[in-house]
Amino acid sequence: MHTAYYMEIKKINTPLTDEVVRNLKAGDGVSITGYIYTGRDAAHRRLIALLEEGKELPIEIKNQIIYYVGPAPAKPGYNCGSAGPTTSHRMDTYTPSLLDLGLKGMIGKGLRSKEVIESMIKNNAVYFAAIGGAAALIAKSIKDSQVVAYEELGPEAIHRYYVEYFPAIVCIDARGNNLYESEPPKYAK
Amino acid sequence: MREINSEQIKEKVKELFLKANYYIGEDVLNSIRKALNVEKSETGRYVLRMILKNYELSANEKLAICQDTGLAVLFIKLGQEVHIKGNWKEAINEGVKEAYIDGYLRKSAVTDPVFDRKNTKTNCPAIIYTDIVPGDRIELLVNPKGFGSENMSALAMMKPADGAEGIVDFIVETVRKAGPNPCPPTIIGVCVGGTADQACVLAKKAAMRKIGEHNPDPRYAKMEKDALERINKLGIGPAGLGGSTTSLWVSIDYVPTHIAGMPVAVNICCHADRHAHGVLYGNKKDKYSIN
Ligand code: SF4
Repeated sequence: MHTAYYMEIKKINTPLTDEVVRNLKAGDGVSITGYIYTGRDAAHRRLIALLEEGKELPIEIKNQIIYYVGPAPAKPGYNCGSAGPTTSHRMDTYTPSLLDLGLKGMIGKGLRSKEVIESMIKNNAVYFAAIGGAAALIAKSIKDSQVVAYEELGPEAIHRYYVEYFPAIVCIDARGNNLYESEPPKYAK
Repeated sequence: MREINSEQIKEKVKELFLKANYYIGEDVLNSIRKALNVEKSETGRYVLRMILKNYELSANEKLAICQDTGLAVLFIKLGQEVHIKGNWKEAINEGVKEAYIDGYLRKSAVTDPVFDRKNTKTNCPAIIYTDIVPGDRIELLVNPKGFGSENMSALAMMKPADGAEGIVDFIVETVRKAGPNPCPPTIIGVCVGGTADQACVLAKKAAMRKIGEHNPDPRYAKMEKDALERINKLGIGPAGLGGSTTSLWVSIDYVPTHIAGMPVAVNICCHADRHAHGVLYGNKKDKYSIN
């Protein structure tokens, strides 16, 4: 459905492979199908605390995508309420440890720290921008939503979504090319 | 004297918050459609089309335009001849609570901001600004305010000598620093004058002025035009991914201030620019009063 909005959309599936990640370039439009995990600050804080205690994580991180989102409640008959991205930089301090464990992709909005980008290059990972505010549209691509950890956090619990053709744009690729840096100067006068 | 009971206030507040969260204003819609024709970046146009599609979907299916359904802000003009039966503040908060629970809107309010940060689960307390005015009706302007954009707001206690140019520089700089975070294209509300607190409140209100309506004072209107032109030359673009549409509008209001100062507050609102307006006339006379 999204080809109508953009010249070229790459269809990708989760879990991601190193090869798929390597072939994604900043600026590519993508549509993602498969399972993805959600997490915001509170969930990240808990995951990192577990790592520091040397304990196992409640989810398998390797080759997965984490979506930074705190959705609205689902209406009856809906899989998920409106679910646009939240600001990613709040996750920055936690992200490199997860990338070291094999996390391959993140979906959010807004800038990332230097440390995150360096770790993405080191670990061959990609950062997708979802369109902030296009929350009802994005929710349409979420076909199933299950809480897999930290239920008590409500909308901030870790959910596992099954998504079909989730629309996003490769914002920072595994070589560190960054749309937030490269694009604005082209249109600045 | 007219009697308006708290139940009516609650119902109206609820109705307006639901409306604001599901339906975008015509002015924003038209402004984005126009931007689509002039946006230079292909990615930018893609983003704008997604935003338009999202408005359509939320309105058709009564879904929140954005999952961040914000803190509940209200600007109220309370007619001095109105007598309110029941508890005013409770009625407003009940209306907010019912809208957010029954309308499947996200509850984002937390209690103590530093230590507990516990979700109040009702999206209360509402933030209420009340102005007492002549007349016998209650006018409500509700504004669910998301924090991606609210976090990018700024206040400067400028010197009178900084003048119009200094103010425009500050507005442009605030938008530049915000980059992609407030979900561009944005709408910029500015208030110059008053005290620090008054400028901040009125900047938020200015952001709700209709797109296309300039300040009636041509000098302020010129500042609005200059600021918008310079902002759209920053290159930030839709979603911050580059382009020529960074803001849709700049509204600058002013209030009298002190001889020694010139406060300038800038409030940024994202493209999910949600507000709704309604009037309460009270009991049985409602029908007649509307005309
Ligand atoms: S800034 Fe606005 S559009 Fe963006 S996520 Fe927040 S409320 Fe939604």
